[in-house]
Amino acid sequence: MTISHFGAVLLFALFTSIVFGITQRSEPRMMIRFGAFCFVLFVGGTIAASWVMWLIKH
Amino acid sequence: MATNVSATARTAQSSSLPMMALLAGWLIPGAGHMLQRKWIRGGLLMVSIITMFTIGLALKGKIYSPNTGDLLDILNFAGDLGSGLLYVLARLFDLGQMPVQVATADYGTKFMVVAGLLNIISAVDAHSLATGRKRS
Repeated sequence: MTISHFGAVLLFALFTSIVFGITQRSEPRMMIRFGAFCFVLFVGGTIAASWVMWLIKH
Repeated sequence: MATNVSATARTAQSSSLPMMALLAGWLIPGAGHMLQRKWIRGGLLMVSIITMFTIGLALKGKIYSPNTGDLLDILNFAGDLGSGLLYVLARLFDLGQMPVQVATADYGTKFMVVAGLLNIISAVDAHSLATGRKRS
């Protein structure tokens, strides 16, 4: 199996956010909100860190 | 008398449920929630954790063994062990024993370690649900 780096980020963020959402909140509505929040933080944080590394290199 | 016996049985059953949920949730991802009839949550946890572990294997990630001396290897082994029966099956079928050569294989290793850690979180969550420490 081959996977792109960004694809790996998306898959990792998706599954981790699902587990975080279910385990860290009690109400189903809050679970979805927290899961979505985690997903955005994971992906957004990775993109931000990538740009920081690019800026350090250049 | 019969009332006392049934009350005692109920108490014994309710006191064993948290430990059963913890153990089942560790051995089979999501089973701790399913034991408490939380089918959707259990199913989502099961699919997420098993898929993460399988992707890790498909990416040719490494499964850590218990007899290594390096501290990081021991921590990674502890993470892998969190997957419960998935870890046992992977070791039984000799999966994840190839040396890591490409970056995506290293991703695979991390996927499996994180899947184990997430499984521990979900098993503890099932335990908290069973004891009533967590609402619904």
